[in-house]
Amino acid sequence: MRKFFEKLVEGGLLISGSVSSLTILLIVVFLFKEAGGLFNTPSTEEGYVLAVHNTNEVAKLSPEQLMDIFDGNITNWKEIGGNDVEILPFRLSDLTNYYSEEELGSEFQYVPQKISELIGKEPGIIAFFPEQYLLQEHFQGKVLPTQNITPSEFFGGTKWYPTATPAPIFGLIPLLLGTLLVSIGAIVLSLPFGLAVAIYMAEIANHRMRDFLKPIIELLAGIPSVVYGFFGLVVIVPLIQKTFDLPVGETAFAGSVVLAIMALPTIITVAEDAMRTTPRAMKEASLALGATQWQTIYKVIIPYSISGITSAVVLGIGRAIGETMAVLMVTGNAAVIPTSFFEPVRTIPATIAAELGEAPAGGAHYEALFLLGVVLFLITLLLSISVEYISSKRKI
Amino acid sequence: MIKIDAQNVDFYYGSFHALKNISMQIEANTSVAFIGPSGCGKSTFLRLFNRMNDLIPDTRLEGKIFIDGHNIYDKGVKVDTLRKDVGMVFQKPNPFPKTIFENVAYGLRVNGVKDKDYIEETVIKSLKQVVLWDEVKDKLKDSAFALSGGQQQRLCIARALAISPSILLMDEPTSALDPISTSKIEDLVHELKKDYTIVIVTHNMQQAARVSDKTGYFYLGELIEYGETRKIFTNPEKESTQNYITGRFG
Amino acid sequence: METVHKIDTIDRKKRSSQKFAFGFFTFLSYLVVAILFVILGFIIIKGGNVISWDFLTKAPEEGMTKGGIYPAIIGTFYLIVGSSIISFPIGIMSGIYMNEYAANSKLVRFIRIMTNNLSGVPSVVFGLFGMSLFVNALGWGDSIIAGSFTLALMSLPLIIRTTEEALKSIDDSFRHGSLALGATKLQTIRRVVLPMAFPNIITGLILSIGRVSGETAPILFTVAAYFLPQLPGSIFDQCMALPYHLYVISTSGTDIEASRGMAYGTALVLIAIVLVVNLLANALRNYFAKKVKMN
Repeated sequence: MRKFFEKLVEGGLLISGSVSSLTILLIVVFLFKEAGGLFNTPSTEEGYVLAVHNTNEVAKLSPEQLMDIFDGNITNWKEIGGNDVEILPFRLSDLTNYYSEEELGSEFQYVPQKISELIGKEPGIIAFFPEQYLLQEHFQGKVLPTQNITPSEFFGGTKWYPTATPAPIFGLIPLLLGTLLVSIGAIVLSLPFGLAVAIYMAEIANHRMRDFLKPIIELLAGIPSVVYGFFGLVVIVPLIQKTFDLPVGETAFAGSVVLAIMALPTIITVAEDAMRTTPRAMKEASLALGATQWQTIYKVIIPYSISGITSAVVLGIGRAIGETMAVLMVTGNAAVIPTSFFEPVRTIPATIAAELGEAPAGGAHYEALFLLGVVLFLITLLLSISVEYISSKRKI
Repeated sequence: MIKIDAQNVDFYYGSFHALKNISMQIEANTSVAFIGPSGCGKSTFLRLFNRMNDLIPDTRLEGKIFIDGHNIYDKGVKVDTLRKDVGMVFQKPNPFPKTIFENVAYGLRVNGVKDKDYIEETVIKSLKQVVLWDEVKDKLKDSAFALSGGQQQRLCIARALAISPSILLMDEPTSALDPISTSKIEDLVHELKKDYTIVIVTHNMQQAARVSDKTGYFYLGELIEYGETRKIFTNPEKESTQNYITGRFG
Repeated sequence: METVHKIDTIDRKKRSSQKFAFGFFTFLSYLVVAILFVILGFIIIKGGNVISWDFLTKAPEEGMTKGGIYPAIIGTFYLIVGSSIISFPIGIMSGIYMNEYAANSKLVRFIRIMTNNLSGVPSVVFGLFGMSLFVNALGWGDSIIAGSFTLALMSLPLIIRTTEEALKSIDDSFRHGSLALGATKLQTIRRVVLPMAFPNIITGLILSIGRVSGETAPILFTVAAYFLPQLPGSIFDQCMALPYHLYVISTSGTDIEASRGMAYGTALVLIAIVLVVNLLANALRNYFAKKVKMN
């Protein structure tokens, strides 16, 4: 009986032991499950069709081209490989500009005919309307085939307009660049501080000072990101706006400053631990040769602990890349390719947090956000693995 | 000529009285061995000569130690200048995670030598001094960690010699080595004492007998007996010394 | 004597470079301390004016510009309890398994890498995952139980690691002593190892509570409600939570300017939780460290 009980407990321990691996596995499965449908989803809204005049030679339109057409940025078919004809964008709501209510019928029963007629009449037209109004027989136009969203559109796309009609645009590039800009800015700001404090704590400070600093660093690590975001919003953002005389203070730079503070504890703790592993004998050897303490630090201790210090930097980057709330609150969230530090940007995690609430489950937008999650997960996984690799590498 | 002159030295780790009223004079260009059971204070005493114990927090020294007539614990003395003149070799070989060449050049570089030719000359000279040159001349750019333990220890000696100290402290330099490497280092000590004052701490009494001119026997923080090595080993004055060297304890 | 003189100037140079470097590092270290105190001070001063008994015990009123944050405090409390019930036993058992049963095997190396990877996963990814698995696939909807599970998984790596470290710090001689008396492995763990490691494990658990109480992204899509007039009635209800509340009223409330005061107050409550958690963890650590020394 007792033996059985022991076996039972040990089984429980084994199962618990595998829980973190299991969680990773589940994360992968469920993230991919939700995101996987994106490339099987038509790029235009479901239930709608796009139709053009019969003579139109353009057979394919990308979501970006569609948006440019309906926004009036592309006005002639020749710009996108067609004939030299002015483009006439048409939505269902425009129908009343062409036909009176009587012509459309009291119950709009003539709408399909009229749309078909209009398309037949206008060589430059591109019409976007619900499938139910598509005339079944003798349609006088050409329906453009629906295309699925392609991986190259997602991974290579330079625009993120998830709610654009007729076709939403999911381009990763602006978000990815925004994330990298903010994170790298954060590390550049935080690295000198982090390393300086790590060196100070590991080699210079006396016991009392160290005992004072340790809990301070822990406290910095413990403050919730939303509080950092709030502090950034009410203090750092206005400060940046005033200092640099900007139209808005919510910028990539504000995000970097907040993230730099948040990444400090990680960098300090990991780098300090790494420097502490330097054998005492090695330090003594250097000092015994007449080196000063500072020479010993930068000529012996830092080279010896360089892999640990690198891990600290990579972990700091990982922390910055994945950080959501603080960044969401201070970067202004403009999904455009950033051109300067002092412009609003939008990061991948901030996009997920801001948009998932509005994206209908199972729709293209929802799937695209999960795919962003996959990208984020893979980036951080890559960073974790590289830390693993760096710290397992032999010294020198 | 007196090189090192310790006068009434007391040393404390916190409240632990590690060295008790020790006085000792060491002449220039001789070699002196410190022997005694573990924890007797011989290494602590050795590490006072280059102020290595300064690194340990909560320690206290009373008394004076003169090197070349200057009290090295005077306020104005800079430890890095002192340590340049007083080289040290440690118990375990402790090369830096650098190349063989850079290990030997390290002391020169941290002391501001920039002249490349001079550095190269000195590195070669030092490696030859410790009879390591022939073994490493083709792999100066290799990691020092690739060398064997005995080679590493000779490298550490070369490293110490490169900045031309006048005193060389050796803290059980062969305790981590095999007999062949040990005898090579003992030969080296014989060679080196012509130009340097050598103080060597050892557990190994044959070694003390082989390499030193004078021997000091420490026990429980006291210097029990100090004199000509031959006399200490053949005709010690104190019974405690007699017991230790005949192996009755230790 | 020429060379001696030269070396002396070099010595002076390297000493002054050390002085400069150390001065710089000391300065930066103080600056980091100053940053913390500015953040804490700012929120404590601004929030201190808002905190009152009513603030802590009343629901938000008038579009969250007045009233209090009681439902958010209660919601966060539920989430802490809910996630702790799940993560504490699993995390501790996982730590025990790794250190006591499979130490140094290939399997443990793998698990450890996975645990490290898990701790690197961004919190918003946990949010996505929780939404997909607990809210949608298991059909729990936005609920306290879905949020608790999500938060629990997120805090697992911290608990596993601190448990493992705590167990590792216990000398093998204690284990051997018990085994030599005929105790089984499990008895040894339960009666000897765990009681000794207990203080350090507790410290890790407390810190994980601090983390759970402040996380926003994982609860965004799994449990958090923008505004709920009444308290949740079951674990399948949504609830408000402090961090999400702070986010909402500082960025997208009905009247951001008017609810600033509420935001300062909420931030102060969050900071207070973190402060208490850290002080408690430190006090425990010091208390037990002293006790060990005395023994």
